[in-house]
Amino acid sequence: MFDNLSTKLDKAFKNLKGQGSITEINVATTVKEIRRALIDADVNFKVAKEVTDEIKNKSLGQDILISVSPGQMLVKITQDELTSLMGGTQENIVIEGNPAVILIAGLQGSGKTTFTGKLAARLKKEGKSVMMAACDIYRPAAIDQLKVLGEQVGVEVYAEPENKNAVEIAKNAIAAAKQQNKKVVIVDTAGRLAVDEQMMAEIADVKEAIQPSETLFVVDSMTGQDAVNTAKTFNDRLDFNGVVLTKLDGDTRGGAAISIRKVVEKPIKFISYGEKMEALDVFYPERMAQRVLGMGDVVSLVERA
Amino acid sequence: EKSKDSLLDKISKAVVGKSTVDEDVLDELEEILITSDVGVGTTIKVIRRIEERVARDKYVGTDELDKILREEVAGLLAENQTEEMSDFEIPKGASKPYVMLIVGVNGVGKTTTIGKLSAQFKKKGYKVLLGAADTFRAAAVDQIKLWGERTGVPVVSHGMNTDPSAVAFDAAKKAAEEGYDIVMIDTAGRLHNKVNLMNELTKIKRVIQKFIPEAPHDIMLVLDGSTGQNAVMQAREFTKATQVSSLAITKLDGTAKGGVVVGISDEFKIPVRYIGVGEQVDDLQVFNKEEFVDSLFKK
Ligand SMILES: Nc1nc2c(ncn2[C@@H]2O[C@H](COP(=O)(O)OP(=O)(O)OP(=O)(O)O)[C@@H](O)[C@H]2O)c(=O)[nH]1
Ligand SMILES: Nc1nc2c(ncn2[C@@H]2O[C@H](COP(=O)(O)OP(=O)(O)OP(=O)(O)O)[C@@H](O)[C@H]2O)c(=O)[nH]1
Ligand SMILES: [Mg+2]
Ligand SMILES: [Mg+2]
Repeated sequence: MFDNLSTKLDKAFKNLKGQGSITEINVATTVKEIRRALIDADVNFKVAKEVTDEIKNKSLGQDILISVSPGQMLVKITQDELTSLMGGTQENIVIEGNPAVILIAGLQGSGKTTFTGKLAARLKKEGKSVMMAACDIYRPAAIDQLKVLGEQVGVEVYAEPENKNAVEIAKNAIAAAKQQNKKVVIVDTAGRLAVDEQMMAEIADVKEAIQPSETLFVVDSMTGQDAVNTAKTFNDRLDFNGVVLTKLDGDTRGGAAISIRKVVEKPIKFISYGEKMEALDVFYPERMAQRVLGMGDVVSLVERA
Repeated sequence: EKSKDSLLDKISKAVVGKSTVDEDVLDELEEILITSDVGVGTTIKVIRRIEERVARDKYVGTDELDKILREEVAGLLAENQTEEMSDFEIPKGASKPYVMLIVGVNGVGKTTTIGKLSAQFKKKGYKVLLGAADTFRAAAVDQIKLWGERTGVPVVSHGMNTDPSAVAFDAAKKAAEEGYDIVMIDTAGRLHNKVNLMNELTKIKRVIQKFIPEAPHDIMLVLDGSTGQNAVMQAREFTKATQVSSLAITKLDGTAKGGVVVGISDEFKIPVRYIGVGEQVDDLQVFNKEEFVDSLFKK
């Protein structure tokens, strides 16, 4: 697809031989191809428009080098643009407070509980004492699921199976952690839709009550055009600090990553790429840009295989 | 729904005083379809068909355009091969037990859909059995058992980390021996690009067939309504491994439109059977083409 795109772009440039630089005229068709490739990769329609307009501006007047084809050159410009859009550098999570509190939020089935387990394992490995709080009081067997993961990674889970108040459970978990001298509490919450007012109010209340130093929005990397709406609403309500992209072990292009970054301007901090507790990594903007353009995030997966 | 946001309204504005469908209208249409996850390829297909029809039938007004549009999109959605399904029923004349294998990638809503279907089938008077063949995901067995309790439907289980094929086999066997009408087999979520896991599904299917040759009667692929173009790959790979015969789209209670199924249904000729509209037991509906197409064009 990456090669595809540059081949397509070359074709679009073909009938424009003899033009030494990228001009308004010869860039129009190629920009359209790029836009289509982005939309095929699930980048939001509007975001794709904005991004390709920027790419167009950046490429106008640039001299076409002899050594590369114009198509390759535009792909390079596109990739650089996407990379810088996604943040350029890695950003860490903030672990502050006594105990430090990390709140996990997102849609149903996005991978929150699995990520909670993974993050706990990672922090434990770094030598921190961690506790997980089971604040999903709705999904059948949600508490059991977190407990199984807790056993797998050797991290205690705080739960109150009879309590139907997520705010209370979260607060009690933190008090318990304090008493036991745990340094970090990771709070797993129920999946919820952005349009579910009652559930959005609940998580806003949880956040208010526990004052996390880090709130993470977990999103399925296969998400389509709707990613922007969801991310925006969650961000409006929670002002989250970062994004976790899950299920990147699939073959999705992951264009949602670009849309979300562009719309809420929050960094992507982790990627999750499997069901095993080790399948967690920090985010590499350049790899993601390549993936969206069709090269696949092969490098980071191969390294870990 | 604010009517000022409707496609029809926008189209009206774009075509005032014009006698043909112009660029503006088509751009508008393109945006609607693409932001519903219909995908560039299918969107272009729809637009071409509309252009052709307008050229042939002579386009007069926005009402006609709206109708044409709906017809063209609905036309891409495959028919149910079984008789018109207006309710939660299994095809008349199907041998019993009617075996359903539920498959899909991680977290799409397979187990929940099975839970909801149990209740609906039971309401119809069917005797229903579940097979807990997701023996992998943490607490997956507990989850389906809770759905079984909630709906009063028994669950065949061998516990966690056991052979899923053996569970499926036992469930089919029990269903046949004890006169169940329907048995639904839950499977672990798996990404379609994982060869081993896809082979495991093929094996589950084969093992069931050892016991009931015509089973599974239905292999239902569950798709998350908020998934983008990757759902096409999912449909392709799951069809290769198990010959998917129906689709369910979940999580349509949010703002996602699930438009990607239009192209999938068209390309693979698989009908959409159910839609999930919430987490509660009653939040499942039989798929209705017209309503679905309507919802695509609502903003
Ligand atoms: N392949 C793959 N599967 C994942 C990944 N992360 C999570 N999963 C799977 O996705 C499914 C849903 O994950 P959960 O962690 O239960 O998701 P959740 O957001 O907690 O779900 P709810 O609590 O129901 O909203 C499970 O089958 C997980 O094993 C990932 O990175 N890759
Ligand atoms: N809003 C909404 N949530 C749904 C719907 N269907 C399922 N869910 C939720 O989505 C999450 C995942 O559902 P599951 O039924 O566990 O999905 P699954 O496909 O069995 O997941 P795995 O077995 O882990 O692959 C749960 O939180 C469900 O409550 C739906 O139609 N609407
Ligand atoms: Mg969860
Ligand atoms: Mg399941």
